[in-house]
Amino acid sequence: MSNGGSTSQHNGAGENYLTAGYGLKSWLLTTDHKRIAILYLITISIFFALGGLFAVLIRLELLTPAGDLFSSDTYNKLFTMHGLVMIFFFLIPSIPAVVLLGGVDTGWTFYAPYSEAYSNTAVGLTAIGVFITGFSSILTGLNFIVTIHKMRAPGLTWFRLPLFVWAHYATSLIMLLGTPVVAISILLVFLERVFGIGIFDPALGGDPVLFQHLFWFYSHPAVYIMILPSMGVISEIITCFSRKRIFGYSFIAFSSLAIAILGFLVWGHHMFVSSQSIYAGMVFSILTMMVAIPSAVKVFNWTATMYKGTIIYQTPMLYVFGFLGLFTVGGLTGLFLGTLGLDVHVHDTYFVVAHFHYIMVGGAIMGYLGGLHYWWPKITGRMYSEAWAKLSAVIIFIGFNLTFFPQFLVGYLGMPRRYHVYPPEFQIYHVLSTAGASVLAVGYLFPLVYLLWSLAYGEKAGPNPWQAKGLEWTIPSPPPTYNFDVTPVVTEEAYDYESMPREAQFVIEP
Amino acid sequence: MSEHVIPKGVYVLIFVTLLILTLLTVEVSFWNLGILNFHMAVLIASTKSMLVILYFMHVRYKGGLTGVFVAAGFIFLGILLTFTLADLMTRGWQYQPDTSAFSMLIPPR
Amino acid sequence: MSSNHSGVVAHQFDDAVQQRETANLGMWAFLITEVMMFGGLFASYGYYRWKFHDAFVEGSNHLDYLLGATNTGVLICSSFTMALAVQAAQAGKRKSTIVFLLLTMVLGLAFLGIKAVEYTEKYEHHLIPGHGFQVASAHPNLVELFFAFYFTMTGLHALHMIIGLVVLSILVSMAWRNRFSTDYYSPVENAGIYWHFVDIVWIFLFPFLYLIGRS
Repeated sequence: MSNGGSTSQHNGAGENYLTAGYGLKSWLLTTDHKRIAILYLITISIFFALGGLFAVLIRLELLTPAGDLFSSDTYNKLFTMHGLVMIFFFLIPSIPAVVLLGGVDTGWTFYAPYSEAYSNTAVGLTAIGVFITGFSSILTGLNFIVTIHKMRAPGLTWFRLPLFVWAHYATSLIMLLGTPVVAISILLVFLERVFGIGIFDPALGGDPVLFQHLFWFYSHPAVYIMILPSMGVISEIITCFSRKRIFGYSFIAFSSLAIAILGFLVWGHHMFVSSQSIYAGMVFSILTMMVAIPSAVKVFNWTATMYKGTIIYQTPMLYVFGFLGLFTVGGLTGLFLGTLGLDVHVHDTYFVVAHFHYIMVGGAIMGYLGGLHYWWPKITGRMYSEAWAKLSAVIIFIGFNLTFFPQFLVGYLGMPRRYHVYPPEFQIYHVLSTAGASVLAVGYLFPLVYLLWSLAYGEKAGPNPWQAKGLEWTIPSPPPTYNFDVTPVVTEEAYDYESMPREAQFVIEP
Repeated sequence: MSEHVIPKGVYVLIFVTLLILTLLTVEVSFWNLGILNFHMAVLIASTKSMLVILYFMHVRYKGGLTGVFVAAGFIFLGILLTFTLADLMTRGWQYQPDTSAFSMLIPPR
Repeated sequence: MSSNHSGVVAHQFDDAVQQRETANLGMWAFLITEVMMFGGLFASYGYYRWKFHDAFVEGSNHLDYLLGATNTGVLICSSFTMALAVQAAQAGKRKSTIVFLLLTMVLGLAFLGIKAVEYTEKYEHHLIPGHGFQVASAHPNLVELFFAFYFTMTGLHALHMIIGLVVLSILVSMAWRNRFSTDYYSPVENAGIYWHFVDIVWIFLFPFLYLIGRS
């Protein structure tokens, strides 16, 4: 109907992408990226709830030192499903494909030979599910990379791109290059279980460490898939709510690429105690130290952005603050783990669990929630209740720290991962952690309520409630299906807040 | 990007070269060159692949971006190969080299 | 401004050139993922070949290198005909396109036929891992590992060939219905790139599996 540059005929002044067609088919067969995004949002929210449910059960079990709520087998399945669902179906957004036939108990990393020869659970089906999910990841990465290279608007040069786009470009590089390797590893596990053709089977001379190499070659870069988009969100929000151009645009842009590339060189730090050669361990350890640098570059640039800016304390900015603090803690503890000698002590303890939850929850999910609130008026055309949103952000922050900080301590003291029975002297930490988890759960439930409430009763939002810079804020909220009436021509640099008139105070339009 | 029309003669030349290289790799495999046998096989296979990539797949006639994509694929494959094999090959350095099938079941030291 | 005269340009593209270049880049991005996927197999293969060199030599000697070499020749011919098919589509020559596509498919089928012969022979000699594998050797389990790689790698490769044949048959149907022109031949070009890639995988598979330790 419409071509790139020409104006098109469209019906109805009030029509937007949400009202352009009702009915299941118009949603399930849509080619409108905004609708596809809504479908993703709904799907991953459901999976977040499911993964959260598994977490609740885990924390309940860990309240007491004895393994009294679940059998060890069941506990195995609970943390495996928590990991699988949260990582593959929430954090790396994807299509639902796994069959939860009685669950899977291999531990989420599928280590051979247990996963191949001994586990009696739905490993084969889960393998298929993860394989299919991987293709969603690959195709998304492919789509983003090609689009960014070939289909930018006129005037939108690489260095005028929003940093959100740079972050997604880097993420897509990882999705494209890393996912196929885990795909083949999972396929090999599947082949062994179903056809008996096993290349990790020790009886045939197979080496379980090889599986770990193939698995972690993807799974380490995968964690950067999970954090980079959130970092992109932080860049967007921090400039808007500091009313200031981002400090060090090219540093942040290049650091995203650096994270993506360096992230492929460090996977052996998951294998320090696996019987991997000491020399390989040393090399991976040094490279792990190096991969922290681009992340630090970002944190410094974001902080410098806030310096001498006009800070506006709206909900998205609160999540940015949370991110900056918690991601830093998570990142620094990563350096502990990357230190070869120290890792021997803390590997497979709750120290690791706390580290990655600080980054994935304290970092990635804070970014996700910040972005959700920042773009909510654009997506839905409604404003949420600022008071409830602020309250939820604070509750989440408190609940999060109460849940996961004790885990650093108990892990350092020796509490192993994936155990549900532990010595009584660790109980106090677990009780604190479970208490924190309850607070965190409440914190997550609030947005569900007030965001959904806002769909019906929230104040209607104008095109640019935050007075933000960026092409998306020049079109109505919610946007029409075709996005732009006329293809925009970009002439100014990104985040050109300094050129805004002094009087453009931050206003929420009625 | 202008459309490139490659003369048929180029295709024929590449085609014949590929067949010759195939015969060469078979022939060389029967010579006793020790470890070089493997290197020769890799070299010939890589040459054949480069010819297919540059000419049959037109990368020679396209802009730099396509070349970057191709290079990236092989570079990252190289990373996977290098580090994984480096681990395997250095495992025996501190200890008695032991290539029996069940050696990896014995933890170091 | 937008050259949509021939009606082949989808609405998200400015013109036919952008559409063609974008589709091409997309196919290359996909092939990178294939490089990494097969690469994982090659890495695993290299790992064990270094570790168990003698057993892998033994396993390789069970393979018929003449059939393997013939198959290599067959695939190289099919790449040649595929390149000619792309050129014909680019020039808008409907009949030549169809002829070269069909020739490519015939050669592809020949490849699969020879593979079937090989697989059957392996089955008769009890060389299928995990299913009554039996071989006269000092370390039969390691030779079985070699064959696990043989079947996994050539099997995955054959699967890609089959998918390629399906795609080619769709192209033949499209060419028959005169869907290609000098403006729009991307499907043929990109399917061609895919086909060449599958050829390249075999170019590496052949010496690595069939020609170890023949001296």
